[in-house]
Amino acid sequence: MSRVDIKKRFTLIQREAARRAEEKKTEGIPTIYIVMSTCGLASGAAETKQAFEEALSHKSIEARIVPVGCLGHCYAEPLVVIDHPTSGFPPICYHQVSAARAQVLVGSYLEKGDPVFKYVLGATEENDLIPAVMDFPRFNLEQRLVMEQCGRINPDDIYQYVAEGGYEGLVKALASDPEEVIAEIETSGLRGRGGAGFPAGRKWRLARGAGPDEKIVICNADEGDPGAYMDRTILESNPHQLLEGLAICAYAIGANQATVYVRAEYPLAVKTIQQAIKSSEKLSLLGSSILGTSFNLEVIVFQGSGAFVCGEETALIQSIEGKRGMPQHRPPYPVEKGLWGRPTVVNNVKTLSSVPSIMNRGAAWFRSIGTENSPGTAIFSVVGNVVHPGLVEIAMGTSLRTLIFDVCGGIPKKKSFKAVQIGGPSGGCLPESFLDTPIDFDSLTEAGAMMGSGGMVVMDENSCMVDVSRYFLDFTQKESCGKCTFCRIGTRHLLTILDRITKGEGREEDLGLLETLSEDIKSGSLCGLGKTAPNPVLTSLKYFLDEYEAHIREKRCPALKCRALTAFYIDLEKCARGCDVCVGCCPVEAIFTATGRKKAIDQELCVKCGECMVVCPPEYDAVEKISPPELAPIIERPPEKK
Amino acid sequence: MVNLIVDDKEIKVEEGKSVLQACLENSIFIPNMCFIKTREHPHASCRLCFVEIDGLDRPVTSCTEKVREGLVVRTATPQVRRLQRMAFKLLMSAHHCQPKVCPAKDGCQLIRTAKHLEVGLNPRPLERLERDVEEEVDLIFFTYYPFRCVLCGKCVYVCRQRNGHNPLTFAKRGFDTVIGFITSGDPADAPCHHCGACANVCPTGALVLKPEYTEAIGVEGSR
Repeated sequence: MSRVDIKKRFTLIQREAARRAEEKKTEGIPTIYIVMSTCGLASGAAETKQAFEEALSHKSIEARIVPVGCLGHCYAEPLVVIDHPTSGFPPICYHQVSAARAQVLVGSYLEKGDPVFKYVLGATEENDLIPAVMDFPRFNLEQRLVMEQCGRINPDDIYQYVAEGGYEGLVKALASDPEEVIAEIETSGLRGRGGAGFPAGRKWRLARGAGPDEKIVICNADEGDPGAYMDRTILESNPHQLLEGLAICAYAIGANQATVYVRAEYPLAVKTIQQAIKSSEKLSLLGSSILGTSFNLEVIVFQGSGAFVCGEETALIQSIEGKRGMPQHRPPYPVEKGLWGRPTVVNNVKTLSSVPSIMNRGAAWFRSIGTENSPGTAIFSVVGNVVHPGLVEIAMGTSLRTLIFDVCGGIPKKKSFKAVQIGGPSGGCLPESFLDTPIDFDSLTEAGAMMGSGGMVVMDENSCMVDVSRYFLDFTQKESCGKCTFCRIGTRHLLTILDRITKGEGREEDLGLLETLSEDIKSGSLCGLGKTAPNPVLTSLKYFLDEYEAHIREKRCPALKCRALTAFYIDLEKCARGCDVCVGCCPVEAIFTATGRKKAIDQELCVKCGECMVVCPPEYDAVEKISPPELAPIIERPPEKK
Repeated sequence: MVNLIVDDKEIKVEEGKSVLQACLENSIFIPNMCFIKTREHPHASCRLCFVEIDGLDRPVTSCTEKVREGLVVRTATPQVRRLQRMAFKLLMSAHHCQPKVCPAKDGCQLIRTAKHLEVGLNPRPLERLERDVEEEVDLIFFTYYPFRCVLCGKCVYVCRQRNGHNPLTFAKRGFDTVIGFITSGDPADAPCHHCGACANVCPTGALVLKPEYTEAIGVEGSR
């Protein structure tokens, strides 16, 4: 099969894609794009869609509804973009479109031409009428490379992907020698986005050179970090980009088999990728003799059953082989001896999704983004105390400060920044002094955190660092596979110690013990999960030692978070005579009327739920929280009246 | 044959062996729990067999390192001992030592390890951890004592080697991991009637063949 023939065959597909796109444009009827990935659905996108459908049919308005993937703007879900060509307005993006708002939009905008400005987030293209979303920092400071088409195309329609230049990278690869493809990826400097940052090109070369056995590619989509959902979004929003990357990798290393390992907890992602595989096979972009060449690729989807440790490549391979997901000692590395004993490349979703654009636009273009040693972009799911949480794709080398304060809008409620936890349970907590650290593999590792797979939790002044460490250790010790001594028993000890510190039962020697034990778990564990599990403890000990000391020596929680170390009381100066909202909300009847018809809390009965603090009207703001609890003023309950 | 230097002593071993095996065969003891010399891919779970090798910047498990010509190995550096002692204390913090009733008393690998590492059997400064499991678990042919078990996995391995699709396996996860007995059909049909390999290989007396089967299988039921 010559290069010309491959291109000829592909041109036919491209023409069909262009024809379909053109057809939609010339119809001239409005298109309603609804974000319907898991996050959108969780915020009610299915009800929104139904409301649109009903309102359209009720008013007999003709419009096309297109479900699209995630735009990454979680704070504004459900998001809807309405392209109403005859209205004179550009396509408009609406935020928080509930079912009720959907009805309003149909009535006002589609029927009467009024775009309902109060629901508008922005226009999706530059124009003179409505400010464009591109002018907002949450949009224009991002650099979208992997997520470029996410939320813009229908993930179930392969032609939409092709119309945006999809599968051109694969065609280019098929027309070159596998060695040239590997060389291109090597030159691009692409590093594995799964956490450790191993150069993807080198991994591919090692696999290709590993003997005559047939090779295997695995896409690792076993995303398990709490609060991280980048891989799910990519799978749900642009599955073909991943499949294209997978096919390029398979062609380069000499594999005819590929597996996408997805968590079973991602049902929509599983469905989307399975559907995408079918439609690519139909167009001969996957399957046997791809685009008429002798290259075959069978892609199967394997559903993992919810073990965090299966994100570790050797455990993942064991799991596919039907064994218990337990990591194995490396070497041998999977590139030498992986799935079924064959050389196997295991790459993360984001790594493989970066590949098509590198093939298409070239290694030099990719290198022009990001930093010298970490080219390209980084995708984070930024959650916690930020104004605009969601998925953010930025060029490597961007500072944490820019990401948190400029892109994500900073800390809400005028509170101050305390720490950022990067890299999930394996990462570390960095304090304010690290805000100017550039985001790249080496700088973050040097700071004691790690790139990880891209989870980022931003914490404000009300977060207790001991409690945060306890939270992450609780997670890792539960998810330990139980194989090696350090991880199985060591992490449980760390949790026990942190538990007692947060309960005010910490001992002076606990600080030293935490540190020694953490260091030993780090150097003694078998796999990456164990080796990185103590990172939250080590970094918080390093940067927030004073908080640990306050807990242990003064039995005080500086962030007023640890329940056993705090108490609520009512400031009698502020408490309003006769108001008794707090009395009504207290679940244990701990609040009573003291002298002057003001209220007080019985510390013996109080369960510290904090409800009274929430309901106390802001004009009084009389409920206070204090640590250590002994500082709360004690007010005697008046004797019961007979 | 390759030559290597272990603790300043020159030894000669066959190629392809692990450093741990080379040392054990040359009467140089390195603590270990999960090592089986015929096992192709070492389990490497007990984390006791650390050594330092010249040229590597941190201690490594000797069961996973193959011997090479001219390798210089040290088995008792402060770094090695620190990790070994911590691993041992971790194991002891979840292990109930009951010398009076323990079937493994003479050959207990844990006691041997404690002597070698010059530490006591208590886990100090670590506390004893409680586990939400029964003292004794009835596994039909065996009695399993979770508090004695160090989860070295030897039983699971030998069972798989002998019986293919094995009834013995790891169950649960994290700190709650135990050895489980799972059969798809009638447990009475399990190959255990004529095997007993798992109980024989257990280094801590955690898996004990029930007396009524000891004779039938013809193995020493105690260990």
